[in-house]
Amino acid sequence: MRDRMIERMLLLAATSAVAMLALITIFIFREGLPVILDHGPLAFVAGVTWAPSLGQYGLLPMIAGSAVVTAGALVVGLPLGLACAITLAEMAPPKARTVLKPTIELLAGVPSVVYGFIGMEVLVPFIRQAPLLGGPGYSALAASIILAVMVLPTIISISIDAIEAVPRSFREGSYALGATQWQTITGVVLPAARSGIVAAVILGMGRAVGETMAVIMVAGNSVQMPHSLLDPVRTLTANIALEMGYASGAHAQALFATGIVLFVISLGLNEIAGRVRGRSRASVVVAADAPADAEAAAEARAELLGAPAMRPRLMKPSL
Amino acid sequence: MVEEHRASVAPRLAQQVARVGLWGATALTVGILVFIVVFVMQRGLGAISWSFLTDAPQRSGAEGGIFPTIVSTLYVTLAAVVVATPLGLGAAIYLAEYTTEGRLSGIIRRGTESLAGIPSIIFGLFGFAFFVTALGMGWSILSGGLTLGVMILPTVIRTSEEALRAVPREYRHVAQSLGASKWDAIRSVVLPVAAPGVVTGIVLGIGRAISETAAVIFTAGVALATPRSPFDSARTMSVHFYTLTMEGISDEQAYGTAAVLVVTILVINLAAYTLMRRFTRSLR
Repeated sequence: MRDRMIERMLLLAATSAVAMLALITIFIFREGLPVILDHGPLAFVAGVTWAPSLGQYGLLPMIAGSAVVTAGALVVGLPLGLACAITLAEMAPPKARTVLKPTIELLAGVPSVVYGFIGMEVLVPFIRQAPLLGGPGYSALAASIILAVMVLPTIISISIDAIEAVPRSFREGSYALGATQWQTITGVVLPAARSGIVAAVILGMGRAVGETMAVIMVAGNSVQMPHSLLDPVRTLTANIALEMGYASGAHAQALFATGIVLFVISLGLNEIAGRVRGRSRASVVVAADAPADAEAAAEARAELLGAPAMRPRLMKPSL
Repeated sequence: MVEEHRASVAPRLAQQVARVGLWGATALTVGILVFIVVFVMQRGLGAISWSFLTDAPQRSGAEGGIFPTIVSTLYVTLAAVVVATPLGLGAAIYLAEYTTEGRLSGIIRRGTESLAGIPSIIFGLFGFAFFVTALGMGWSILSGGLTLGVMILPTVIRTSEEALRAVPREYRHVAQSLGASKWDAIRSVVLPVAAPGVVTGIVLGIGRAISETAAVIFTAGVALATPRSPFDSARTMSVHFYTLTMEGISDEQAYGTAAVLVVTILVINLAAYTLMRRFTRSLR
């Protein structure tokens, strides 16, 4: 009797996250949808003029701004993050790893205002003065670089999980064929971990699109279609945060509508990442359930990966 | 012979180059973190003194201390934890102990993951529309704390569920075979063992709450006075730091506030790490 009641209460708690998600959806849409419908969804999303005082709400410059800084963040952050993940998962000795991994995870704990501040104090003046760069310094480039650092922990930790989920025998098979460690990584491990790494990139993208304070502090925030990386840009998040303090009426609703666009993008990216990741988990489970005999399994997997089947002998590369 | 020799040199050279490149990238990443910490500390530690921590700010924060923002941060974070802990732990217990993987748990899990992926500015908008406006709480510690509580909920659920799942199944069997009901077994055997893991999740949530700016600035507000009740507006350290820098009020005060923030975050992460290690060791 008491146990049944407790179970009901726990179920209630368990649904809280879903309930909150529903509540957030309802309130953001209730406030923002009228403006989108008034303007027509296409004019709202594809309009190039954002002039709240004239009642004109076109979001394209901000959508372009978010796209540019997110792409920039990934161009810098993906190679760096993937390299760190490979080093930690495949190369670092256990002792170095136990120090390095929590250290890198600390990057996720640094408040975004601190990232923004360092960007203002160090990166922006650097871009302004550096040869070949120049401009106001407050720019898409500055935002991209700061965001690249901010998405590193996401990319690194999820990529490490993906790389570690690749069964050991995959590597042994490759070494047995005489491959070097680097050949094994590029030819066997990374392809096998591909979907997890893709999920890491998409989640990193979600973080970059959603970041607010750090971007406001370095991106310059002028409403314009970005023509160069050195131009100031305004992102969707910045648009909300900058004007929310004083907006009212239709203007405030337009900011909630900006929130709807951001909300849909974030949920979409999250959903895609979840699906890609789910697939990778499933494939690893299948691999782990493969034939119990280790050698036979290794052979089967090597064949699956397109490598000629050979009996693995060496456990380690001969380097 | 020559051909064969050449063929074996290239991959080995590539291996050496890759090794240097990969370790270089890792060193760069760690270097960035070290740079951030050193940069903030070097400029900020000088500004920190006992009076900086215990005095009220003067002239919008250009002089004086940051005492009210520390108090506000504590209150808002406390409110967030009070909201997120029972809900998060309850959800985790349900997911780990009471349900098998099915449609319901699938929906709950996806909802939790989606909630974790929502940008903090959206939480700010939601908190403003719901707690501040619709529920009439105004800009207050309560609005800010509730908003942050919703925001850190996924962290608490996920970490707690992992901690509960890490407790070996035998513990439950033994307790139940001794006559304990399912809930008694969970309460008196599983939870105490999983506690450090659960606390780690809460500590990580506290870290997120303290660092957060976008979600609190529109829910807790920016009032610089020391809050006297949960319905008072409050400016957290992060928001104060943001205001000091963006309005160019005082670089020295900004660096000092940043240093306090960074030290707090470092301590919190160290605590979470230590707890987690103790937990995983205790299960070995």
